[in-house]
Amino acid sequence: MLGIRLYMAQRLSAMMMGPLVLGHLAVMIYAIQGGLSSAEILGRTKGSIPWFLFYGAFVLAVSVHAAIGLRVILHEVTGLKGRLLEAFTWAVMLGLTVMGARAVLAVTLL
Amino acid sequence: MRYTGFRKRANRCAVSGNDKTMEVSVWRGSGGQGAYEIFQVPAQDNQTVLDVVSYIQQEIDPSLTYRYACRVGMCGSCAMMVNGQPRWTCRTHVKKVLTAGRLTVAPLRNLPVIRDLAADMDPFFEKWVKAGGVHKPGRSRDDAIQQVSPEDPGRVEANKAIECINCAVCYAACDTVAGSPDYLGPAALQRAWTLYNDVKVTDRAAVLASVTGPEGCTNCHSQGSCTRFCPNELDPLGSVAGLKRALARSFFGGKG
Repeated sequence: MLGIRLYMAQRLSAMMMGPLVLGHLAVMIYAIQGGLSSAEILGRTKGSIPWFLFYGAFVLAVSVHAAIGLRVILHEVTGLKGRLLEAFTWAVMLGLTVMGARAVLAVTLL
Repeated sequence: MRYTGFRKRANRCAVSGNDKTMEVSVWRGSGGQGAYEIFQVPAQDNQTVLDVVSYIQQEIDPSLTYRYACRVGMCGSCAMMVNGQPRWTCRTHVKKVLTAGRLTVAPLRNLPVIRDLAADMDPFFEKWVKAGGVHKPGRSRDDAIQQVSPEDPGRVEANKAIECINCAVCYAACDTVAGSPDYLGPAALQRAWTLYNDVKVTDRAAVLASVTGPEGCTNCHSQGSCTRFCPNELDPLGSVAGLKRALARSFFGGKG
C-alpha cells in the first residue's frame, strides 16, 4: 500500500526529524539545567522566527511521517484500502498538522 | 486457516524392528476448512519430514494430499510448515525439528490450500510475472552473443540469487505478505533485482517500474524472515534493499 511517493515522503520526513529530535532534546536539557521558568522560555520563543521554523518543520515532518506509518498499520491489521485508506491518511496528516500548528503558534506568536 | 480440533488416527500397519513412534499432527482439509489429524509414525534414526509425510500417505492414509518431486532439494515442490516454520521437507531431518516427540505439519502459510498439505502456488507465481520476472533480452538472435564477464559487478550481484528454486518458503515466512496479501513478496522481488543487475537486460527502468507500485518493494518492513528461512541461504532481504536503493536514486532523477 506504499507507492514510491509515500515511501520517499516517509523516509525524507524521517531524515528531517532526526536532527530536529536531537535539537529538541538538547533544548529541553539546556532549559532544565539552566532552571528556566515557563515565562522565561516563552519570552525567548515569542516572536522568534528561528523557533517558529524549527518547530514548524518538526510538526510538518511528524504529520507526514506518522500519517503514512499509521496508514500501513491500518492496512495490514484491518485490510482497509482504497478511498477509505486515503481518507484516513489525509485525516491523520491534517489533524496532526492543525494540532501541531496550534501549539507552535501559541509559543512563537507575539 | 482455521483450527477446528484434532482427530486421532491409529497406525494400522505393523512395524517390525522399531517400536519407537512419534506423534505427527497433519493438517487435513480443503480451502479454509480443516483440522489437524494425529498419526503415530515409526521413528527412524535418519528420516526427513518428507519421509514422514510419505509414510503416512503410503502406509496409513492413501488419501493424504501433498506435493513433492525431486526429494533432493532441487525442485522446490515439497515446502510445508513444520512446527509452525516454513521448511523444505525433503532436506529437513526430523531429529532437528522434533519437539517432545511431536511434529506438526501444515500447508505453506500465505497461500490458499488446495487440499491437506498441498498449497495453491498460483498467487506466488502470478506475482513473479507481475514483478517483471520474465527475462526480456536486449538483443535478437541475429546479434552476436553478448560477452558477460563473471567479474562484472552487476553479474556478481545477479549471481547471488540465481539458485532460487521457487519453493515459496520465503513467501510463507514473510509477515508483510501475511498482513498485505497484494504485496509481491520476497521471491518475486529478488527475481526483479536479479534481472535489474543482468547486463543482458537493457530496459532496467521497466524492471524498476514493475516493482514500484503499491504492491512493490517499498512495502517491505525489513524484518528479514525471508533471508532467515531461505533453505538455499539466499538473501531476498538484501535484494529488496537493493531495489529500494535503486528506486530512491531514480526518484531523484538518477539512473536507478
